[in-house]
Amino acid sequence: MSAPASSAPVPRPVADRAVLRRGLRVIWGGMRAQRRPVSVAVAGSVLWAAATVGTAGAIGWLTAEVVEPAVGARRIEAAGLWTIFGVLVAVLVVNVTGVILRRVYATIAGFNLQADYRQRVTRQYLRLPLSWHHAHPSGQLLSNAHADVEATWQVFNPLPMAIGVIFMLVIAGTMMVLVDPLLAVLGLLVFPGLFAANLVFQRVMSPRITRAQQLRAEVAEVAHESFEAGLVVKAMGREDQETERFRAKTYELRDALILVGRTRGVFEPVIEAIPTLGTLAVLGVGTWQVSRGDLEAADVVQMAYLFSILAFPVRALGWVLAEIPRSVVGHDRVQHVLQAQGGMAYGSAALTRVSPASSRLAGVTYAHAGEERPTIRGVSLDIPSGGTVALVGPTGSGKSTLANLTLRLVDADTGSVRLDGVEARDLARGQLPASAALVAQQTFMFDDTVRGNITLGEDSDDEAVWESLRIAQADEFVRSLPAGLDTVIGERGGTLSGGQRQRIALARSVWRRPRLLVLDDATSAVDPSVEQAILTGLREARGGMTVLVVAYRLATILLADEVVYLEHGAVVDQGTHGELLGRCRGYADLVQAYSREAAERAAVTRQEEGS
Amino acid sequence: MSTAGTSESSRIDGQSQLGVGATLRRGFQLSPELKVGLWLTVGLALVATVGRVVIPFVVQQATDNGIQAEGGPDVGFVLTAIGIAAGVVLVTSLAQYAVNVRLFRAAESGLATLRLKAFRHIHDLSVLTQSTERRGALVSRVTSDVDTISMFVQFGGLMLLVSSAQIVLATILMVVYSPVLAAVVYLCLFPLVLLVRRLQPVLGRSYGAVRERVGDLLGAISEAIVGATTIRAYGVEDRTATRIDGAIEAHRRSAIGAQVRSVMAFASGQTFAGVTTAVVLVVGTVLASRGDLTLGELLAFLFLVNLFTQPVLMATEIFTEMQNAVAGWRRVIGVIDTPADVADPGADGVVLDRGPITIDFEGVWFAYPGGEPVLRDVDLRIEPHTRVAVVGQTGSGKTTLAKLLTRLMDPSDGAVRLDGTDLREVSFASLRQRVVLVPQEGFLFDDDLAGNIRFARPEATDEELALAITELGLDSWVDGLPHGLATQVGQRGESLSAGERQLVAIARAYLADPDLLVLDEATSAVDPATEVRVQRALEGLTTGRTSVAIAHRLSTAEAADLVVVVDAGRIVELGPHRELVGQGGVYARMHRSWAAQQSSG
Ligand SMILES: Nc1ncnc2c1ncn2[C@@H]1O[C@H](COP(=O)(O)OP(=O)(O)OP(=O)(O)O)[C@@H](O)[C@H]1O
Ligand SMILES: Nc1ncnc2c1ncn2[C@@H]1O[C@H](COP(=O)(O)OP(=O)(O)OP(=O)(O)O)[C@@H](O)[C@H]1O
Ligand SMILES: [Mg+2]
Ligand SMILES: [Mg+2]
Repeated sequence: MSAPASSAPVPRPVADRAVLRRGLRVIWGGMRAQRRPVSVAVAGSVLWAAATVGTAGAIGWLTAEVVEPAVGARRIEAAGLWTIFGVLVAVLVVNVTGVILRRVYATIAGFNLQADYRQRVTRQYLRLPLSWHHAHPSGQLLSNAHADVEATWQVFNPLPMAIGVIFMLVIAGTMMVLVDPLLAVLGLLVFPGLFAANLVFQRVMSPRITRAQQLRAEVAEVAHESFEAGLVVKAMGREDQETERFRAKTYELRDALILVGRTRGVFEPVIEAIPTLGTLAVLGVGTWQVSRGDLEAADVVQMAYLFSILAFPVRALGWVLAEIPRSVVGHDRVQHVLQAQGGMAYGSAALTRVSPASSRLAGVTYAHAGEERPTIRGVSLDIPSGGTVALVGPTGSGKSTLANLTLRLVDADTGSVRLDGVEARDLARGQLPASAALVAQQTFMFDDTVRGNITLGEDSDDEAVWESLRIAQADEFVRSLPAGLDTVIGERGGTLSGGQRQRIALARSVWRRPRLLVLDDATSAVDPSVEQAILTGLREARGGMTVLVVAYRLATILLADEVVYLEHGAVVDQGTHGELLGRCRGYADLVQAYSREAAERAAVTRQEEGS
Repeated sequence: MSTAGTSESSRIDGQSQLGVGATLRRGFQLSPELKVGLWLTVGLALVATVGRVVIPFVVQQATDNGIQAEGGPDVGFVLTAIGIAAGVVLVTSLAQYAVNVRLFRAAESGLATLRLKAFRHIHDLSVLTQSTERRGALVSRVTSDVDTISMFVQFGGLMLLVSSAQIVLATILMVVYSPVLAAVVYLCLFPLVLLVRRLQPVLGRSYGAVRERVGDLLGAISEAIVGATTIRAYGVEDRTATRIDGAIEAHRRSAIGAQVRSVMAFASGQTFAGVTTAVVLVVGTVLASRGDLTLGELLAFLFLVNLFTQPVLMATEIFTEMQNAVAGWRRVIGVIDTPADVADPGADGVVLDRGPITIDFEGVWFAYPGGEPVLRDVDLRIEPHTRVAVVGQTGSGKTTLAKLLTRLMDPSDGAVRLDGTDLREVSFASLRQRVVLVPQEGFLFDDDLAGNIRFARPEATDEELALAITELGLDSWVDGLPHGLATQVGQRGESLSAGERQLVAIARAYLADPDLLVLDEATSAVDPATEVRVQRALEGLTTGRTSVAIAHRLSTAEAADLVVVVDAGRIVELGPHRELVGQGGVYARMHRSWAAQQSSG
């Protein structure tokens, strides 16, 4: 049940030739961002490289200077033994210090980068407009913040070692040139070979990794959606169907990863074989030169030895190179989020009044992203300070959209939205939420305590919290919860009943003492008697509030000074309830539906009884 | 069947408590593909390993006996040696390639199976068990936790075998060359073994903590994504950011901590290798100076020590990687081994015939885990063909009743019977076909309208779909949508209005065509005119069918054959609407308040 239409354009596989260059740029950027740990790690790596080359040298030196004489003399002094032990341990200390510095600081750099990018990515999630969120599946966003960030910076694990290896190569290369330039050139031909192999590898690998990483996100997407739908899946017994859906994606991912593995499977043995073949070539040519008398046999041996100690480290270079396509792909996917435009722009105006807010919409038009037909068509609405306006309209007529526009959760395409006469776009960030509160149609609870869900992390004395709970008619049941205000209510408030959640959401808004309160069908899950009590409480507490209420129920509508009737995103009529009832057919049909129904039912019953 | 006490619902295990060995065994058992063709892979890997050992040997021969041969270099010999070495390189590379590909295939197939098993099991868990963990964290159990295992099963396990083989080989050679020196090497090895053994559990705990932090991290991020609107509306971006940052930081710390410990394990391995070399050279020199050993033998032995310490070092690395994998495995196994307490009786289950349905609640009690009873001693009989309305204050237990009725949960005490059979004995396939619930908070998939309505019956034809929509009186609404039935509903259905989402959920249940339809405030966000229309349609269609509707809008109760009034977990009133209104009890009061609201217009 995937919907390609609604998922966002995914970064295309990058042009393959550029992969290496771009990968190096990503790495370079990361190294600059983590200058200190990277420097320490590289220094450690250099120590390690020096010690590795040094170990071989030390053993050679000790053999020549201490062991051979001792064997020749058939006796050994304690001092000699201490020399052997001391020299080797000294080299070892350098080596181990190098390894620890290298690996610990490489790890620190890598995870710092991951944490840094996760912060940036999640900041974007919090900044980007709701329309952007609509266009991106949650699972994909989850994957961007986790798997893709990880993929980008995993390369930092083998990186310092590779840098150490380069250092080793420089040492070894210099020594080779000193021994015999011709042989050295021959030997160093290995590197263009490695480079060419790598280029081919990157080219083949990049699209495959891109696909695998995309599928990783899709697997997360299916899982996330499916687990969110858990109750529906179970209630309708569709577990098999969901498993099939997950299976299809999982198998695609499996096949993609096997393909990636196949590519790596070729690359690694090749990278490993090239230096060995180089050694053999050096031996062959060296022997030929020795037989011609151009070279000492010992030189060839030393050359071969230099090559052999390089064989393993060169593989580390291969690991970094093998990680690069993954890193670039992860980076691209993360950048797709980081570079997304369209966050809301804020002005610098502030709201200074303390009296109830006034709200005014003039000629507002709004179309949801990707829709041709506007959802809201030229709506003008005036909510005077301290007034109560009811918004009524059939299902899907645009009431919630209008409520969101009033609070600038979305920006109007045309027209103006004002609060206290100030254009909403000109307000500084945080001004609007500080003055106006929305009780959304669909309540959202955080996995937190009751208190945390009401204050949303701000400081508050319990008295104020209880007061708002009282107005929302939630004090009684909160008191009966095991830990009262400190009861954790589970993800999305799962341990509460629907009506309880709705009342907590109401209390959350009331607690803020907003100057404008927008209630979007906020009592739909509450029974009529409780609703009455809530409305009465609001009326009493309302002294300082302007209220916009979306409602179907007459009791709520009757609280309003003015009723605005909406159809298909346009205002059809507005006035008092009495006026509208008299002159607006659609409105009358809507609000009187129940009583008409009851009357008709009664008539039918009477007929039945009569006959 | 009746069980006493409160209901014990299981929680999802943070991670299984299995030991390392048991975890590995269970892991392999859950992913049988890991073992397929393993011996051939091991064989090939041994070939590759032998190749890697042989190559330096041949090279050494070429230098010692070729280039440095007495009386000038022996070109022929060197060329032969090079030829042999090149051949060995080729064979080694091919073997290595085969090993890599085989391992990747086995590992990814095995892990895909593991993902699937975990996914399926999460769906099999009861709703209560599912809700003990955040959705984002559940996702991590089938994604990143499984990914953690892949490194180990791709390389680690096999390298461990190969390394062991190399260790054995090197040991034999060392003993042949010099038993004394071999003993020295093993003496040096001893402290390392002790150290690694001590470090293993520490590493295991560290990696376990990392996995949990990842779960927390994904949970926190997922909350910010799903709750985006609320966060905007209340301007609590900063607070949410702080919460996420906390999770990110905790993850960073635990990941670095685990990694630092693993570096320590590796460094101790390295120290061991270095110290061993030093000690061997010292002791060897003493032996050589006494004439017990030639210089050549000593140098050859040093080469063997290298051959020995390399795999030992590799093994410490792999043990570390194994702890990481085990941590991932434990989380996945933790979820797979969480008992599904509302389980399908499966093949033993009773398959009920379709047709009019009778429901009996017999002395049903229910308490949520760790809570007070929410339903107390509920007795209720619903005859076939009845339309039942359940009303009551918020929090009185209506949804709980509906969930017991559809067996999303099992009673703590008492029994719910369907046509006389205890629900716990009815096979799920049969139950879900006969009984369908439209929950209070429905869920739409990111798909088009048709796909969502077809959810419960994908095989329904276009005509059936169209018919269902017409019968429910929703055709004018669907026709008014820009793309009709092909309209994309967006994530969680968020491109539709709340009322429209409910209409889709009803159409979905209606198309499923159950014998018992349970509606839990299924029209609470729909406008009254549409609600009345849908209600009538359902009524007309539900004559013959049994239906249970929970509603706060009492129009539903007025139309029902039987009204059930729930108050604080008990059924306090029961009867037809008119009868109850006459009784002047709870229901009469509720209805008065409702009627007052209606007539006040
Ligand atoms: N994100 C979106 N993308 C496209 N269309 C949307 C989106 N959100 C809402 N719509 C459409 O806009 C219209 C108005 O939606 P809105 O939620 O404002 O209705 P409403 O009046 O609040 O309805 P209800 O009474 O059901 O809550 C609906 O037809 C809906 O399908
Ligand atoms: N998962 C849960 N864990 C613990 N307690 C729960 C859980 N779900 C519900 N409850 C509690 O059980 C009681 C009954 O809840 P239920 O959802 O059945 O009420 P309801 O009658 O459907 O209310 P509403 O009309 O608000 O939907 C409530 O007090 C609620 O807090
Ligand atoms: Mg709405
Ligand atoms: Mg409920």
